[in-house]
Amino acid sequence: MKDADDLSGTGAVDPTAPVDAVDAVAAADGAAPRVQSDTALVARAALATVAPEPGASKPDPILVASGIRRSFGGIVAVDVDKFEVQRGSITALIGPNGAGKTTFFNLMTGFDKPNTGVWSFDGVAMNGVAPHRMAKRGMVRTFQLTKSLTKLPVIENMKLGATDQKGEKWWNGLFPGLWKAQEAEIEARADELLRRFKLDHMREEYAGALSGGQRKLLEMARALMTDPTLVMLDEPMAGVNPALKQSLNHHVRGLRDLGMTVLFVEHDMDMVHDISDWVIVMAEGQVIAEGTPDDISSNPAVIDAYLGAHQGRTLLEDQT
Amino acid sequence: MDIGGVLENTILQFIGFNACYYAIAAIGLNVQFGFTGLLNFGQAAFMAAGAYGVGQTVTIFGISLWWGVGIGIAYAVFLGLLMGVPTLRLRADYLAIVTIASAEIVRLVVRSVKFRDQFGGTDGLSGFASAYQGVGVDLGLQPAGEYGFWIFTFSGRNLWNLLVGWSLVAIFGLIVWRLMKSPWGRVLKAIREDEDAVRSLGKNVYSYKMQALVLGGVIGSFAGMMLALGNANVQPDNFSRDLTFFVLTGLVLGGVAKVTGSIVGPMLFWAIYAFLDSLLRELVDKPVRIGDFTLIQSTDIGSVVFMVMGLLLILLMVYRPQGLFGNKKEMAFEGR
Repeated sequence: MKDADDLSGTGAVDPTAPVDAVDAVAAADGAAPRVQSDTALVARAALATVAPEPGASKPDPILVASGIRRSFGGIVAVDVDKFEVQRGSITALIGPNGAGKTTFFNLMTGFDKPNTGVWSFDGVAMNGVAPHRMAKRGMVRTFQLTKSLTKLPVIENMKLGATDQKGEKWWNGLFPGLWKAQEAEIEARADELLRRFKLDHMREEYAGALSGGQRKLLEMARALMTDPTLVMLDEPMAGVNPALKQSLNHHVRGLRDLGMTVLFVEHDMDMVHDISDWVIVMAEGQVIAEGTPDDISSNPAVIDAYLGAHQGRTLLEDQT
Repeated sequence: MDIGGVLENTILQFIGFNACYYAIAAIGLNVQFGFTGLLNFGQAAFMAAGAYGVGQTVTIFGISLWWGVGIGIAYAVFLGLLMGVPTLRLRADYLAIVTIASAEIVRLVVRSVKFRDQFGGTDGLSGFASAYQGVGVDLGLQPAGEYGFWIFTFSGRNLWNLLVGWSLVAIFGLIVWRLMKSPWGRVLKAIREDEDAVRSLGKNVYSYKMQALVLGGVIGSFAGMMLALGNANVQPDNFSRDLTFFVLTGLVLGGVAKVTGSIVGPMLFWAIYAFLDSLLRELVDKPVRIGDFTLIQSTDIGSVVFMVMGLLLILLMVYRPQGLFGNKKEMAFEGR
């Protein structure tokens, strides 16, 4: 665990570290200011100047999409005029089920093609780019339904993530001398990530032997093997217990501290409020609101479309 | 009853020529089906590609037999691309449909009257293998001579076939084993588990599937070449659906996604076949009747053997789904 600290700026990776105690208190009473890392302060300062309105322009966007429209038959799943993600920020994408969040993810990552619209990543147009090229450009995604490769050991799952492997050409595969050195390097990187995500004890196990939460961690760790600049997480907290959620939170924050941009879809409003610098709300395929987490939780349109009138009250209160 | 004879047949089929060319075909099929998850139901077509490649050299093109290896590989690559280009972007079942249909098309084309001058029609091709057999003779194996010891006594010609065949099994087994230990093999196995995950990690899944299909097909074509050279002829009806499914049965018997499984499986397939066949022939020397009803007679044995084998395969799937050499732990994670 001691090496966790030097891997992320805040040391926030270890849920048992003192920093987390502060977090837990902050999350519990919702008012006390949380200890923020420098990168969070930078991201929030940059976003403080952005008007909280749908399609707002960001000072330094890494992902810019405009006029993205995708319909399945007569149903328009996604119709987004403008969508920008600030570099170095953690941006949450929320919205009711069927709002088109995952479809939008698929469109951005090349897994689906929009009917109309253009988008660029890091200043490069991404229209028509095949999904497998996205990772090489620094955009990586995870999936709502975790895709751990169950019949591969955890370490093999990780090593698969590395890009530009010489040994992945079949004619090189026969000559281990050509790729052994690179493989060792990849393995070292994979081991480091496994330690960070506390999966090192499962190194040799089949991924299928992992629990649901561990698979989420594995998928995220594997995505990081591609050395991404933008990490897109589709419901990283779905089906994860509260304790593991805390540690996932830290991992996501750790990504920003390492200089990555994070865009994630999530229904867990505590997490959204806790870690995101900016929130974009979709409903019925469109962006209906944008803003800081505080802007969003007080936005009547969002409460109406997504949070519901009971937001902020626990369900138990209703029963008593 | 001559139980010694039954066991002798069993052992000889275990290491026999049939087992050896089946093993080559199964090694190739394992690359596609076992490691990459591609449902190729047309391995017989790839074998035909190899067989007609060597068959056509001397008889049709009038060139040296050894060009046949290159022609066979070229046919197999062409066939792999032809099947793969339209289907590998689609779901797995489309490949299954296309391969099984392609294999039938190949068989019907080569046996057709129309292409008799190219492929020899239903008679097939023969009289091309003398150069191959000559090498064996040059190495001192007289075609009519007897070599070996105890029950392992073979004619020079058979021994030569077995030596070449099993050498090919060893070579391809080693190549595939080594490839599957490499990062390339890791990508294939990951594709078998989940294509989209692999795609999101920056691998060109389509290209890898194509490579696996073509490589498995080329290895399959060597099985066809071996069959053609060993029998010194090419018969179109050897390459029917039965062949594909027998090879597949052998592979499943041994255990998919294991190189040892793909080699020992076909050997066991032929050993079990020979055992049941010889045993039934010993037992049913005259028709077995219950009253007027004939339960079994010697002409039924061929079919009954396959019934029993089918039953054994079902029992295998129920009690040992990973096959004899498969990894039980891997099977535990079936159905994510």
